Amino acid sequence: MNDTLPTRVATAEAVARSLRRRYAAERRFRLYGMGAIGIALAMLLILFGTIFGNGWSAFRQTALLLPVTLDAAEIDPPGTRDPAVLSAADYEGQVKAALRAMFPEATGRKDKKALAELVSNGAGYALRDAVLADPSLLDRSFEIRVPASDLVDMVMKGRIRTDVPEADRPVSDSQLGWIAVLRDQDRLSLGFNTQFFIGGDSREPELAGIAGALLGSLWTMLVVLFLAFPMGVMAAIYLEEFASRNRWTDIIEVNINNLAAVPSIVFGLLGLAVFLNFFGMPRSAPLVGGMVLALMTLPTVIIASRAALKAVPPSIREAALGLGASRMQMVSGHVLPLAMPGVLTGAIIGMARALGETAPLLMIGMVAFIVDLPKGPLHAATVLPVQIFLWADSPERAFVERTSAATIVLLVFLVLMNLGAVLLRRRFERRW
Amino acid sequence: MLKKTITLAALAMIAATGAAEARDQIRIVGSSTVFPFSTTVAERFGKTTSFKTPVVESTGSGGGLKLFCAGAGADTPDIANSSRRIKASEVETCARNGVTGIAEVKIGYDGIVVANSRKAPQYDLSLRDLYLALARTVPDAQGNLVANPYKTWKDIDPALPAVKIEVMGPPPTSGTRDAFVELAMDVGCESFEQIAALKKTDPGKFKEVCQTIREDGAYVEAGENDNLIVQKLEANADALGIFGYSFLEENSDKIQGSIVSGAEPEFELIADGKYPLARPLYFYVKTAHVGSIPGIAEFLAEFASDKAWGEDGYLADKGLIPMPDAERAEWAAKAKALAPLEM
Repeated sequence: MNDTLPTRVATAEAVARSLRRRYAAERRFRLYGMGAIGIALAMLLILFGTIFGNGWSAFRQTALLLPVTLDAAEIDPPGTRDPAVLSAADYEGQVKAALRAMFPEATGRKDKKALAELVSNGAGYALRDAVLADPSLLDRSFEIRVPASDLVDMVMKGRIRTDVPEADRPVSDSQLGWIAVLRDQDRLSLGFNTQFFIGGDSREPELAGIAGALLGSLWTMLVVLFLAFPMGVMAAIYLEEFASRNRWTDIIEVNINNLAAVPSIVFGLLGLAVFLNFFGMPRSAPLVGGMVLALMTLPTVIIASRAALKAVPPSIREAALGLGASRMQMVSGHVLPLAMPGVLTGAIIGMARALGETAPLLMIGMVAFIVDLPKGPLHAATVLPVQIFLWADSPERAFVERTSAATIVLLVFLVLMNLGAVLLRRRFERRW
Repeated sequence: MLKKTITLAALAMIAATGAAEARDQIRIVGSSTVFPFSTTVAERFGKTTSFKTPVVESTGSGGGLKLFCAGAGADTPDIANSSRRIKASEVETCARNGVTGIAEVKIGYDGIVVANSRKAPQYDLSLRDLYLALARTVPDAQGNLVANPYKTWKDIDPALPAVKIEVMGPPPTSGTRDAFVELAMDVGCESFEQIAALKKTDPGKFKEVCQTIREDGAYVEAGENDNLIVQKLEANADALGIFGYSFLEENSDKIQGSIVSGAEPEFELIADGKYPLARPLYFYVKTAHVGSIPGIAEFLAEFASDKAWGEDGYLADKGLIPMPDAERAEWAAKAKALAPLEM
């Protein structure tokens, strides 16, 4: 009795002494955690900052208001206004002539070439389309808005340094002079870049658009959805609700988990060997791309669906069975509807991963330059991340901002898909 | 009902696959160096003719020729781009797989530049300097082969700045790297007499000495993306980078090309052959596909026209170094006649 009291006091003292240390350790731990989150957030901010900083200007595009007087005798020699004749004429030559009319001082061959570099070679197509739409333009002078070249566009956006000596920059003094004159006359204007959203790929940055890649991604994702979703959900239902637990189902489970971790390029090799070489399916087709990506997405869908099915309490199953439902009715009428939010979330996250994938597509020929918009899953197509990769590799300066702009579009889609997954979960998920 | 739908869908898929085999679109594969030129012609061709725009894949020269030689059917590509000449072994593979008619077209030259940031002084290098800076083993003063001892450019040549050697260049899988090794390293290496003698007596050893790039950090493999190297050069004024001429041309306000063997990397000097780091670019055509795939002959005509590959052609705007007039006329005639490949 005599010695217990001092011991108790000693314990209390020891606790009091260590208390401060333990609080400090906890504070430090919290700080480490906050630091980790801070670093992650800073990285994210830097990433978004550079992408948006580089990319926002690509959503605007310089157009040139060009006064044109067409030579009707040259464009339409028979004078019949026949569309076939009209569309075959040399409109690029007419655009160049119109420019020379504005700047008659450009006479030498080199000067003329430098002058022609101010407009995009898409200007001729724009002029052709205008004339085809309204042949009466042949008889009068008019003004038309045509795309300016990427050079002018970069100067307008301040992306080319003009304070260095002439030999050290891609734009010459005379070109800068002409650009200044055109600006004074209000003929150069930065407007919304519609071409970027409706055009296919192009080697000219000012004509390049992401519509082709977006459509390609759409077709590919449709194929993924139609293959991976039903297959994945059915596999999950069978494994979770019907299959008996034995060595075989264990092996299958281990393999599904392994497949989820297999590098995606391996699925591309599989696609090349099986779909292209064995079944002889077409190269570069979204159908094959979708099939490969579906294989890649399948494990994710199965794992997420199984987890969602597992979360439905057994009492629901027992109640259904107890009321005389067959197992099939129990699954389709009760378990699956309750598990659906989780299943859909898994599918959406799997699709979002597939949307950002390029490596397997390299093998099956979807890393390609494709101008025509794909009209179906069998047409040659590319996808958004591949488009970003191809533009990032192009020498033209103006492709740098377009690379970032395409990345922004891809990010928007990914954020929307993930947001959809979160909302689905919030809205429909039930907790027991 | 579900069963029926699935069967129908599967049947439709198979039918559609069969229909897709009758191709109406030219398919091109191959070098990423030729890619910008090939795609430019393809785009023009699609917009100005009634044919569909050809599909151009960037697979690398070796990968492209492998696909090209895989067979003769319509499910194989019609044209392979290459930043080097086709190898005899590849022609053999082609022949084994039934691809016998191959026409060769040379399209022009590509310059390889060694460049640095404009914030630093311009370098004036010889091929020997480049070899000494980048090889893993170099001969010392006594002529013995030793591990590369050079740390700064001044160690190699007192006229060069006392800056640490740091060169960013393409990885071994790249055609640009192959060409750089062949055009710069081999030649610089042969400038040492005892190594030049080695070429005859022990070609294997010669290759090992001349073509192996050092791995002690002085040479940084910067990936296939040349834009990335340009950005890194901007950020690091002490570094040099190795990449294609068109990237120098587009970024001339930020980076400058080094003088190599007394010649600046300028359009005229590369075209004249005065600049030593220039390599020819080619494409190869399956002659059996001309006629069965619509538009190949017309595509060749577009590529081999002066408005495309000529001195003022649109490919020159994209950075292609055109061939001299006579050579161009010769290759245009060959392209028109689909002259068979002569090794």
